[in-house]
Amino acid sequence: MLILGISGSLRRDSHNTRLLRAAASALPENVELVAWQGLKAVPPYDEDDDSQTPPPAVAELRAAIANADALLFATPEYNSSIPGQLKNALDWASRPAGASVLKNKPVAVIGASTGMFGAVWAQAELRKVLAAAGARVIDAELPVPHAHEQFDEGGAPLAGELRAGLKQVLTDLVRETRPLAAAAY
Amino acid sequence: MSATATHQITIPTGDWAADPTHSAIEFSVKHMAVATFRGRFAEYDAKLHNADGEPRLIGDVKVESITVPDDNLTGHLLSPDFFDAERHPAIRFESVGVRYGDDGALVVEGDLTIKGTTRRVEAAGTITEVVEDIGGNDRFAIRLETVVDRTAYGLDWNAPLPRGGVAVANDVRLTVELELTKAS
Repeated sequence: MLILGISGSLRRDSHNTRLLRAAASALPENVELVAWQGLKAVPPYDEDDDSQTPPPAVAELRAAIANADALLFATPEYNSSIPGQLKNALDWASRPAGASVLKNKPVAVIGASTGMFGAVWAQAELRKVLAAAGARVIDAELPVPHAHEQFDEGGAPLAGELRAGLKQVLTDLVRETRPLAAAAY
Repeated sequence: MSATATHQITIPTGDWAADPTHSAIEFSVKHMAVATFRGRFAEYDAKLHNADGEPRLIGDVKVESITVPDDNLTGHLLSPDFFDAERHPAIRFESVGVRYGDDGALVVEGDLTIKGTTRRVEAAGTITEVVEDIGGNDRFAIRLETVVDRTAYGLDWNAPLPRGGVAVANDVRLTVELELTKAS
């Protein structure tokens, strides 16, 4: 099973990118997490450019999502919401409406901030956006406050609680992703 | 009203099926606390079996056939926020009792299954006498209406409005109008 990790932060030393790396070390068996690196290259959404041949960075994003069994987002919080560039990428990914690569895609959202709330509002916003795009958003939450104090120099989580939280989110995500027998009604 | 009775019409015996051209399965819900939003399901199968004086009404509705005036909304309605059509592709109704109410209305009680949840509902409406159409075939019509709380079926999505209240009401009115012909 392949999980695509998407960090909402572009910064080289990002806490959320670090959080994704920490998630990669807490994976259940037979699950692989690959971090998507293309966020900065995604151009501003313009319906005029949203044609049969979308911009290359967008085509790569859509292919990466389509190719993954599930998505794990780690988002910072900017002004009580998600970073504009992440929203922009999701606007591209959500097209065509109702038939996009996000449709029915199992998704989990986590987030870190240096403040005391751990990007809870951004996580809620991101869940809302993904659900509206038709994704299968799991309920699990993982706000990581005081992000600058949470990892050692190698990027490993210092607190057992954070490791356990990541494991729980990933377990829930994998459970949601395993093909379930389709219910008739 | 001549063909629609307040007196009790005997429900015709035999096997009957809805003629989709002359039938409709629709829903309406209060939107933004003021307007009524309407939609319908285009594909369904409804049958009435009445072999032994105990009529049974059974309907299956294809969730993906939901039709609303906005394509962006269609995608959201099919998603896990609402119907989760991937995992729950059909809505089913199966009656357990048909009777006339004190006010003369036709009352159909039955089990309605949406998104994997089954709940007993009661719908009230009217039934017509059998008429012969231009091709010499018997037809009659049933119209039923009920109100369900969508959140009881796990269709929980909502959004707060900037000045208070929420975007979509929980109570949804379901209206079924069936024109039935003899099942072949």
